[in-house]
Amino acid sequence: MIWDNVMLAFAEVGNLQTLALMIVGVGVGLLAGSIPGFTIAMAVVLTLPFTFSMPPAQGLATMISVLVGGLSGGLMSGILTGIPGTPSSVATTFDGFPMARKGEPGFALGLGVWSSFCGGMISAVMLVLFAPQLARVGLEFQPWDFFMLVIFALTVTASLAGENLIKGLIAGALGLLVRTVGEDDAVGVGRFDFGSDYLLSGFDFIAVLIGLFAFSQLLSDVRDPDAAKRALTDKGDVKIRIEHGRAIRELIKHWVVVVRSSLIGIFTGILPGAGGSIANILAYDQAKKASKDPDSFGTGNPEGIIAPESSNNAVEGGALTPLISLGIPGDVTAAIMLGALLIHDIVPGPTFIQEEPVLVYSIFIAFFCANFIMLGMQSAMLRVFVLVTKIRMYMLAAVILGFASIGVFALNNSADDLQTLFWFGLLGFAMRQFGFPLAPMILGVVLGDIAELNLSRALAIDPTLADSLFRPWAVFFTIVAVFSAVFPWYQAKRGTGAAWTRFYAPAMLASVALPLSMMDGAFRPILAAGALALAVFLGWRALKARPA
Amino acid sequence: MTLNRDSFVAIFLLLVCGGLMVASFEIREPDYGQLSPATWPRVIVGVIAALSFIYLVQSLRQGPDVPRDGAPKGLSEFFAYWRNVIWCFLLFGGYLLAIPFLGMLVGGVLFVFGLLTALGGIRNWLLHGAIALISVGGMWLVFTFALEVILPRGAWTGV
Repeated sequence: MIWDNVMLAFAEVGNLQTLALMIVGVGVGLLAGSIPGFTIAMAVVLTLPFTFSMPPAQGLATMISVLVGGLSGGLMSGILTGIPGTPSSVATTFDGFPMARKGEPGFALGLGVWSSFCGGMISAVMLVLFAPQLARVGLEFQPWDFFMLVIFALTVTASLAGENLIKGLIAGALGLLVRTVGEDDAVGVGRFDFGSDYLLSGFDFIAVLIGLFAFSQLLSDVRDPDAAKRALTDKGDVKIRIEHGRAIRELIKHWVVVVRSSLIGIFTGILPGAGGSIANILAYDQAKKASKDPDSFGTGNPEGIIAPESSNNAVEGGALTPLISLGIPGDVTAAIMLGALLIHDIVPGPTFIQEEPVLVYSIFIAFFCANFIMLGMQSAMLRVFVLVTKIRMYMLAAVILGFASIGVFALNNSADDLQTLFWFGLLGFAMRQFGFPLAPMILGVVLGDIAELNLSRALAIDPTLADSLFRPWAVFFTIVAVFSAVFPWYQAKRGTGAAWTRFYAPAMLASVALPLSMMDGAFRPILAAGALALAVFLGWRALKARPA
Repeated sequence: MTLNRDSFVAIFLLLVCGGLMVASFEIREPDYGQLSPATWPRVIVGVIAALSFIYLVQSLRQGPDVPRDGAPKGLSEFFAYWRNVIWCFLLFGGYLLAIPFLGMLVGGVLFVFGLLTALGGIRNWLLHGAIALISVGGMWLVFTFALEVILPRGAWTGV
């Protein structure tokens, strides 16, 4: 049965048309990722309108290719120009650029490309192994558990805004609010329409995403008139040969760094809202701490390229895992993927793997294939990258705005969606200027309907919520949401002598042990006992420790 | 107590929440269904209002804004600082209004050409024209013939 589905999935992804689209997708992603100011999410969201008329598997394969290409594209500009193409390749520049300046750009690129490939492959394997297991856990979820999972996802995303936690939470709630405008899905009653037909029909959420993310980003990119007229680099022709053999040998030597960084990437990806921008810094930091020669970091140490590039490519396998198994996206790009699925009337959830096995296997296969295509295309795209970097930013912005308008119109053949693009572009730009993070809002927009639907279902099953509130998973997500909300304060106060910060980790472990101990089976209660024992140990150490 | 940029945003959000809370009482209440259509929006508006209040208190404790380097001071500096952004919005707004008359192809080409020229200067008008024609024309061809999307035709242009 599984093999039948795998073979059918191969037929979906392996046909010439889909492979051609994937090659184009990886190429577009590599370029988009390599241009500073153009995010991967922007590239993926702008690809979405092209995929409407495609079968779901083909459309998703194309988007995954753009994503995988984008994750690897950032390293080209990071290593060759010192300007990271995307936030997920910031740490790559720390050692990549010095190595290139020392006269070894080919080796630096080779390390980056092969680390990206290894990170992508390890995360693809993890996705295949973990997604079905997590989906099995997801089958235990009742509607109230799902509702709390959405709240947890929004809280943790907002908490990643650091000192701007309140702004992050407001942004997440605004995202939820956006989805309430228009006819209520359950009973068809108009909400916040103020007598306007445009508002009554609601906002198309893809137009909202493109407006919030792409439009507002382009406006930020061209705000400075002088910078807008400048090309990314004034380099002449770059003739570099990527040193594959030497890079592979170096990677084998540092296989522990590859595996550790990939695991960091996968874990960061699974956390809602945390993406490559966090993973690459975390992995770099860990590699530096574990290195025998930490002082050489920042001067062209190979481990300083291997760690961030393995981790940022591993993120997406992690981010797709909760999407496929629970219907909850792990980051903004996975949220856009969710949008693509919803357009085709496919609602992922714990039963997604059982109900749409061919599509799920197609996603897995596309993820693997995209990594191989990326590996093959890096050398070719290097030449195109040099050409693209000579284009002025304002030219790219104007052309992409033109593209976006046509793509958004094509969503529903409706000029209303262009208005949505315009208004949400304005809103997104204003939010950026006032320091509101956009990721929680995007997640709110995508998860708004899921939250309301599950709240409604939970109330239908248990009108007083008396039982639902104390279900183990609901308690678990509530506790983790509370601790993630407190996390920015913990991070700010840690090391300043605040006594309570020493008890943050033990308190969290002890708290999550409670719902885990209430769960069925043997494994989770054992896990709870372990968490409790660790909490006691850490608490004892914290009590003994003198304040800094 | 000095109001700063964040205080104004927080007050604006509180006013919006007040307006939306009032509007939520206009939502029709059907006599079926477990969750009233107004409940969820009211919960969200309530949460935003509470968070905005915290945001207001936080902003008031911060004190007055510290002027940033290069931040515009007068009205003319404001327009100079935001010139490109204002151009983008004005031209995109104009493009939306023009679509029914010019259609997406002609309107799109003019929009991209106008934006390129507004942001990059009139000197390169020929290059800008070529970029606009090729990019929008190419996209129009892809969507019209490859993806079979019927893009809006203009009442004046017929395409």
